[in-house]
Amino acid sequence: MGVNMVKKLKSSSFKGWIYLLPAILFLGCFMVYPLIDVFIYSFEEGYNSASQTYFGVGFYNYSYVLHDPYFLQAVKNTFILVIITVPLSTGIALFISLGLSMIKPLKNLFQTIYFLPYVTNTLAVGLVFMILFKKTAYSEGLVNLMISWFGGKTVDFIDGPYWAKMFVLCFYTIWIVLPFKILILTSALSSVDQIYYNAAKVDGTSKFRTFMKITLPMISPMIFYLIITGFIGAFKAYSDAVALFGTNLNAAEMNTIVGYVYDMLYGDSGGYPSYASAAAIILFAIVLTITCINLLISKKNVHY
Amino acid sequence: MEVTLQNLTKKFPGRDKKKHEDVIAVNDFTFEIPDGKLIGLLGPSGCGKSTTLNLISGLLKPTEGRIFFGEEDVTDLPPENRGIGLVFQNYALYPHLTVKQNILFPLENLKGKDKLSKAQMLEKAYEAARLVQIDDLMDRKPGELSGGQQQRVAIARALVKRPKVLLLDEPLSNLDARLRLQTREEIRRIQRETKITTIFVTHDQEEAMSISDMIVVMKEGVVQQIDKPQKVYDDPKNLFVAKFLGTPPVNVFTGQIKDQKLYIGNDCVMEAKGVKDQAVYVGIRPEGFCPRADGTLCCILQGVEVMGRDISVISANEASLNTTVRSIVGTENKADMEKILSMSEGRITNDAVVKFALAPHKVFIFQKETEERIYL
Repeated sequence: MGVNMVKKLKSSSFKGWIYLLPAILFLGCFMVYPLIDVFIYSFEEGYNSASQTYFGVGFYNYSYVLHDPYFLQAVKNTFILVIITVPLSTGIALFISLGLSMIKPLKNLFQTIYFLPYVTNTLAVGLVFMILFKKTAYSEGLVNLMISWFGGKTVDFIDGPYWAKMFVLCFYTIWIVLPFKILILTSALSSVDQIYYNAAKVDGTSKFRTFMKITLPMISPMIFYLIITGFIGAFKAYSDAVALFGTNLNAAEMNTIVGYVYDMLYGDSGGYPSYASAAAIILFAIVLTITCINLLISKKNVHY
Repeated sequence: MEVTLQNLTKKFPGRDKKKHEDVIAVNDFTFEIPDGKLIGLLGPSGCGKSTTLNLISGLLKPTEGRIFFGEEDVTDLPPENRGIGLVFQNYALYPHLTVKQNILFPLENLKGKDKLSKAQMLEKAYEAARLVQIDDLMDRKPGELSGGQQQRVAIARALVKRPKVLLLDEPLSNLDARLRLQTREEIRRIQRETKITTIFVTHDQEEAMSISDMIVVMKEGVVQQIDKPQKVYDDPKNLFVAKFLGTPPVNVFTGQIKDQKLYIGNDCVMEAKGVKDQAVYVGIRPEGFCPRADGTLCCILQGVEVMGRDISVISANEASLNTTVRSIVGTENKADMEKILSMSEGRITNDAVVKFALAPHKVFIFQKETEERIYL
C-alpha cells in the first residue's frame, strides 16, 4: 500500500507538471530566460551583438552607465516624475472619489466622465495635449492663450525651458493615471460599512476626524496598493515622454531610465546591449529598494 | 431620563415607483418609557422595531410626531446632541483601533468646556471597561476578541460618555445560545448598576421577557401591547401577542360560543358568561392543560416527550389550528401521569383519547374577525 501511495503521488505530481507546462514554457522563454540574460549581459564588457563576442567580465558597464550624463539626467527626470506624480495623483484621486461618494444625483455620469481618459486612445490624448500646450505657426496653445489673458508671459511647453517640459510631463502622467485610481478608491470608499459612520455620528465625531480616523484607515490597503503600483508605474515611464517630446528625448533633456535603456538598444546612438542591461538592472535595484521601503512603512500604517 | 414618544410615525418611500405607496415602518407610536427602566421592543423581523430605535437615536428623522427626553423636545436634535449611547447589532467596533482606543473614541470627540485631559479620559475608559469586565483586554484589537467580549466593548463604548439613554439594537443576536443567557444577565446587571434608561430591540420573546421591566410588542409598525412581561404573557390583548409570546407557543383552536358556553369542536370546555354567541379563536397555554379522567377537552394522544421536571403531551384535535396540541404537564399528579405514560408505551392507537381539564386563566378567547381578546 505504501508503494502504491508513492506511485500515486508521483503520477499525480507528473500530471500537475503537465498542466503547468504551457505556462512554464511561456514564462521561461519570455520572462525568466531574458531576465537571466540581461543579468549576464550587464557584466560582459565590450559585448558586440553582431559577432556575439566580449572582452571580459566585470563592473565596467555599470561604471560607464553611472558616469553617463544622459543616464544621470534620465535618473533625475524619473525621480522628479515619481516624487511629484505618485503623491499628487493619489491625493487628487482620493479627493475626487470622496466628492463622488458624497453626491447622489449625477454620480454615475461623473464616474463615467472621470473614467473616460482610461479608455481613450493615446493618440487622441496626445492631440488634446498638443492643442493645450504646443506652439504652432497658427496658435500658441490653449494654456499660453490663458496665460496671456491674465497678462503673463507665454512659455514654450514643448521645446522651452526644463521646468515647463517637466510640468507638462507630470501633468500628462497624473491625468493618465487618475481614472484607474479614482475607480479603485470609489469602490474602496463604498465598501466601508455605513454602520461605522453611524457609530461615529452618534458619538459626535467631526467630519474631518471621521475621515482621518475611520475612512482613511479602512481604505488604507487600497491606498497602499495604489502607491506601490504608482511608484512602479512611474519608474517605468517612457511612452508618455515620447508621446509629448518625440523620440529624441536626450536632446530634449526629458529622457527617463526606461528611455535610456531603449536608446542604448535601438536608438540612433544604440547597439550597446551591455550598457542597456546594466541600466535595466540599476532600475530594478531602485524599484526593489523603494518597494521594500514602502512595505516597511505600510506595516505600521496599513490596516488589513 | 423618561423617553416619551408622541404620535411617532416613519414612512419610507416605496420601492415600486409606479405605485407611489409609502411603506409605513412605524405607525403612530405614543408611549412613555419611565426613568431608569429596561424596555424591550419586541416583534417579528420587519415590524419596525429597529426603525423606532433609530428614530430615538436620531439617525433617522420621523415623518411625524415628537420625541421627548424628559421635558426636552429632541426631535430636531442631531444624534450627537441627544446624549445617547447606541450599541449596534454587529457592534460596529472600529476594527483598526484597539479596545482602549475604541472606548476612548467618543471621549476624544468632546470639545470646548467638556474637553477632558488625557488622564481623565483614560480613567473614564477604564471605569467603563471595569463595569463590563474587559479591563484586561484593553490593548487587543476587536478581531482578536470573542463575540461576547466584542459585545461588552461595544457597551463600554456606548456607556463611557454617561448617556442619558442607552439603546441596544438586537444586542444578543450574534452570540451563541450559552453566551446569550450570560450576556443578557450581564446587560441587566449593568443597567441596574448604572440606572440608565435602556431600550433594546429583539425578536426573541424569551430574551425580552427575561430581562425587561416592560415590553412593547409590535407588529407591522403598530404597537400591540405595552406592559410588564408577565402581564403580557398572562393577559395578551390579541391573538398575535398570545401567539408571539411563550415557548412552546400557545395552542390555538377554532371555537364557538353558544348559550354562554365555550365549545371546542363538540366539547363544552368552559363557561363564558356574558358573551354573545359567535365563532371565536381559543388560545390555550401549554401549561393550561391538566389530564384528568373527568376532563372536558378530548384529544387523541400522539406521543409523550419526557423532560424530567415535566412532560409534554403531544396530541391532536380537529379544531386545532396547530398541527399538534402540545401541553406541558407537571409530574406532581402521579396516578394520571402513569396512566398517560403507560398509554404512550408500545403502539399508540388512534383511539387513545386523553382528556384535559383546562385552567381558566390560561385560556384566552379572541374574536374571529378582529382577533381581539374577549374578556370574560
